[in-house]
Amino acid sequence: MSEAILEVKNLKKHFPIYKGAFRRKVGDVKAVDGISFKLKAGETLGLVGESGCGKSTTGRTILKLLDPTEGSVKYKDKDVLNAPKDEMLKLRREMQIVFQDPYSSLNPRMTVSQIVGEALIEHKLYKKGKELDEYITEVITRCGLAKYHMNRYPHEFSGGQRQRIGIARALALNPSFIVADEPVSALDVSIQSQVINLLTDLQKERGISYLFISHDLGVVKYISHRIGVMYLGNLVELSEKNALFDNPKHPYTQALLSAIPIPDPTKKINRILLKGDIPSPANPPSGCKFHTRCRYAKDICKEQVPEFRDLGGEHFVACHFAK
Amino acid sequence: MEGGEQVTEKNLEIEKKPVNMNNNEAEQEILSPWKMFVRKFKKNKVSIVGLIILIIMILSALLAPILTPYDPYEMDYSKINEPPSKEHWLGTDEVGRDYLTRILYGGRVSMKVGLFAVIIEIIIGALIGGLAGYYGGWVDNILMRFSEIVMSFPFLPLAITISAVIGTKVEPQRRMYIVMMIIGFLSWPGLARMVRGQILSLREQEFVQAARALGIRDSKIILRHLIPNTVGYIIVSATLGMAGAIMSESGLSFLGLGVTPPTPTWGNLIQNAREVYILRNRMWLWLPPGVCIFLAVMSINLLGDGLRDAIDPKSK
Repeated sequence: MSEAILEVKNLKKHFPIYKGAFRRKVGDVKAVDGISFKLKAGETLGLVGESGCGKSTTGRTILKLLDPTEGSVKYKDKDVLNAPKDEMLKLRREMQIVFQDPYSSLNPRMTVSQIVGEALIEHKLYKKGKELDEYITEVITRCGLAKYHMNRYPHEFSGGQRQRIGIARALALNPSFIVADEPVSALDVSIQSQVINLLTDLQKERGISYLFISHDLGVVKYISHRIGVMYLGNLVELSEKNALFDNPKHPYTQALLSAIPIPDPTKKINRILLKGDIPSPANPPSGCKFHTRCRYAKDICKEQVPEFRDLGGEHFVACHFAK
Repeated sequence: MEGGEQVTEKNLEIEKKPVNMNNNEAEQEILSPWKMFVRKFKKNKVSIVGLIILIIMILSALLAPILTPYDPYEMDYSKINEPPSKEHWLGTDEVGRDYLTRILYGGRVSMKVGLFAVIIEIIIGALIGGLAGYYGGWVDNILMRFSEIVMSFPFLPLAITISAVIGTKVEPQRRMYIVMMIIGFLSWPGLARMVRGQILSLREQEFVQAARALGIRDSKIILRHLIPNTVGYIIVSATLGMAGAIMSESGLSFLGLGVTPPTPTWGNLIQNAREVYILRNRMWLWLPPGVCIFLAVMSINLLGDGLRDAIDPKSK
């Protein structure tokens, strides 16, 4: 694979907490707390983790839908987070997002052709008319919808079809990078596979890179080339997918993988049960954030933040003891 | 139902029933928000009555030139202060103008004032509410504090003052535009607050995030994505606001500070009732315009209530 098109460095997003009549700032929810990774052209990076670990916030901050607290995002060597307005507008064409909820992600008062075509007109790529209609038809048929769907409203479609409209909307601008924010978790399993196949087909055709956010490990394993595991706003492990599944290094990843159900009742699995709940991101534990729930935790874990280091072969782990 | 001609009528009916039911079910599944709204509204008989009364009143005001042979401004000194008769159903006033004609034309002015006042209210209210809701932060703070200031002006004294200051410089025929503007510019804050609340919750929806990710301009997000989704609520508050505007106009005109004669409005026609002699002996001079105001405001309110219930997705 070729060079990195997206480079995220030490990205942080803290949400301030205000309290009292004078709205005094009393702390931060550290939703994303220093994340770094690279994404190559035509590659899919899966991002997994529990609910509330900051996966979606990461995706949205990269696209500057949320203002980052710290860190940098570079897309094809262009600074995304500090880009001036006109520069940002150009970047918007290249970086798109597909949302989780196919119901709230489509404006109920716009037809399919308006939803898909709006950005094309806004970016002055097309003018209203026959050419635009032809292009929209091309895009939506590519996404598995039919031409006669063009003038229908979102409520006339099923969840899977709506998700296809969402994909068509992102695809219309011909982006080379798409953040897929749990695009299939609201869909039936049978529909999930259709949508995932659509995404992989589009990747093969157009060389699109995905940041695929999900909490479904099976889906992530299928679609991703590399996988990042997040815990409480940090990446704890990042590796090529087979290396991660066959040989997880971080104790959290091990616990996560052991929780995947296996459809074979005779097979016994050693499930690693984690103690306690995920700590609050407003008040994360010191040192290694995972030490409160880790089987191997020692004193050093409470004091020192483990470095996110390469164990060789681009297998990154944030743990003092991983080898 | 092909080949229905060969079947007897009785059979046809039996066959028809299940087919119709299926059609209904199929329709229900893909009911658009608009169709659902119409269906719910039709169920509300009271507001249908309101709608019918309102339509009759609007039509009679619009068709006034056809309905009556008289001119509302034409004086006839040979027929002053006549009681109701065959020629003049509601008699004539102190300068011999046909009173029914004046009420019909007065309805035109009253409803026009109500309508345009509400249009002003909607434009300002939706815009300020939209900006405040979408941008939040200090923009929201400034706009909302401003609207609270406007809201805390006592309406009547202020309207009277403005009308007294500006009104004297304007010829009587133009006064109705002043009244429209006074009512419109003083009544938008309520709508602005409601639109702001709606937009605050819509703003967090993913389709707005998607529009931002697509690089759509803020102005277009507000005008194409956010405001159209509050249109239902705006329509409801507009109908109710129109009733209020008609009342305000009548009140001001009754006090002689709104639209002034010779332009007739329902409000200044009731002015006649200020004379005790007329109040006691010539009921036909003040009762009909009063009833007109009552009917118009009531029917608009009933309509507005029905619209509100129909638009609320939680009501059945």
